[in-house]
Amino acid sequence: MKLTIVLCLSLLLAGSVFGQKAEKIVIDGSTTVGPIAKAFAEYYMKNNPGVNITVSESGSGNGAKSIVNGSCQVASMSRLMKANEYEAAIGSEVLPVTHVVALDGIAMIVHPGNPVKKMTVDQVKQVYLGKIANWKQLGGPDKPIIIISRDTNSGTYETFEGKVMKGEKIAKNCEYVGSNGAIRQRVQSTPNALGYVGIGFIDNTVKALEINDVYPTPETVRKGTYPIARPLYMITNDYPKMGSHLYQFVSMYLTKKGQEIIEEIGFVPVTAY
Amino acid sequence: MKEKQNTLILSKGASRWRRLASFCLQGTLLVVTSLSLVAVLFIIYYIARDAWPFFQLNGLKEFFTSTHWYPSRHPEEFGALSIFVGSGLVTLTSILIAVPLGIAAAICLSDILPFHVRQMVKPVIEILAAIPSVAFGFFALVVFAPLLQSNGGTFLTIAFLIMAFPVSTIGLMIISKLLADRFKKDAKAVRIGAFLLLAAPVAWGMIRVCHILIRIPINSGTNTLNVSVILAVMALPTIVSVAEDALQSAGRELREGSYALGATRAETIFKVVIPAAGSGIIAAVILGVMRSIGETMVVWMASGNAAQIPDPWFNILQPVRTLTATIAGDMGEADQVTGSARYHVLFAMALCLLLFSFLSNLISEWIVNRSRKKLGLK
Repeated sequence: MKLTIVLCLSLLLAGSVFGQKAEKIVIDGSTTVGPIAKAFAEYYMKNNPGVNITVSESGSGNGAKSIVNGSCQVASMSRLMKANEYEAAIGSEVLPVTHVVALDGIAMIVHPGNPVKKMTVDQVKQVYLGKIANWKQLGGPDKPIIIISRDTNSGTYETFEGKVMKGEKIAKNCEYVGSNGAIRQRVQSTPNALGYVGIGFIDNTVKALEINDVYPTPETVRKGTYPIARPLYMITNDYPKMGSHLYQFVSMYLTKKGQEIIEEIGFVPVTAY
Repeated sequence: MKEKQNTLILSKGASRWRRLASFCLQGTLLVVTSLSLVAVLFIIYYIARDAWPFFQLNGLKEFFTSTHWYPSRHPEEFGALSIFVGSGLVTLTSILIAVPLGIAAAICLSDILPFHVRQMVKPVIEILAAIPSVAFGFFALVVFAPLLQSNGGTFLTIAFLIMAFPVSTIGLMIISKLLADRFKKDAKAVRIGAFLLLAAPVAWGMIRVCHILIRIPINSGTNTLNVSVILAVMALPTIVSVAEDALQSAGRELREGSYALGATRAETIFKVVIPAAGSGIIAAVILGVMRSIGETMVVWMASGNAAQIPDPWFNILQPVRTLTATIAGDMGEADQVTGSARYHVLFAMALCLLLFSFLSNLISEWIVNRSRKKLGLK
């Protein structure tokens, strides 16, 4: 124990004195990509003691903002940058380069006690439009549906809006929640709730529904048969210099270990070797 | 004596030195004091500056009259009426819960409990104010919301009984006392008889209400009721503490004078102490209102954030969205780089909140001054 501490200290000292100066990588953005960034950061820092990586999760919009104003090196985002964000970036001489690091399916989740097993994308849309308001209409009990959505500032919300709502308005009685974890918490404690989370957040406290007869799994997302799915991005200012820590970090999703990490935390690797 | 005075007279040089030092110190204090004033002015200026473009772009009508809040769609819709209603409803409900409780607790602490009990209880109440609001929010979301969903009717019934039982008992006692006072003979028997006779229909009525309440389903635990109860608990220490101080400062002489004139304790409290402490109690209430309307974390976590006007409007069992939660929740996506309307609308809301608290401060000042004048204190 003592020996390891001494070793660590001397390594740190050696690193700070002889090694390249401690590099700092700041990551900001989506709460969906956050777990990937964190797991990558943990693994990367373990193997490169000289590098300090901080990950904050403040939403895709904030990630874009941070990369534009230079307060982070990597923006983790669950959507592409919007046209006006690109404009702002170019205006501040930032060239956003997008790396697709993983795929994510959005799972519709209900309380485990809910007998409903499957819905179609159109049914999900009708529920969120407020046109289907009772579980009876979906073959469930005679109970009103509590619809729960992510806050409008989340990338998950925007993907849901694009993939399911297709631009139509979500009903006014929809509840808005600040994070994937909070939606899962609300759904597991609310028998009549319907919510959506990234498939990385499915666990046995909630039940994921089959959408168009396809259950949300990594395989179905990668094959493209699961309908509510999207790529997840990391965005850097310009393509990072080959061999730099930043380069190694954002291309970690291509390595075997990177793919294992992505699978471990419930997302889908882009490439299936 | 004379010698002592002499020591206080300073030499001319020292006096100049002293005057300079005192001038410097006074100047520093003035700067420090005016800093807070300047900070307030700057806050108002910057919020107004960022709110102005929104009203320029979208005008006032949609913001204040429409209930369509779709800030992320194209075209965007910024109807904040339902959000104003949500804020108002949450504040009103929490104040309806907190004010009677708070003032009752303050009276109890200042006039009824023995001194040593008060010394122990008051700090405990004030500890409530030290709990961070996110802890309250977590409790509201993780404990209280599921409780309301699974046992909503039971909760409503128990809350109703807790409120109705003492109120109706005291009411019945007062009515039967008033009735008994009319009879010279057998006053005591009449009093007990009237009490029992009136108690039966009141109890029946209460049981009927309980029957209705216990069947009310609460579909979603994150609603106005949930946050109002939590906000009431959060506003309580403020209200109790300020109101109790006001009641204390009414003074011992006033109470003794009242007792000397033959007033009972109830008469003293209601007719002497409370009117004398009225301005302080109103200040306490307004501080409680400000605490409720300005609270963000709890309402963001547990109000449901649905931008709707409940149907009917006083339905506190439906989720609502408040101004503070909207500002906190939408700030991430609101684009300050490009200065979109979505960014400025949040400042428009902040400006409304600011103006509201400014107004309620003015009103409370005005009430306090007026009641002071009426009592001839100033």
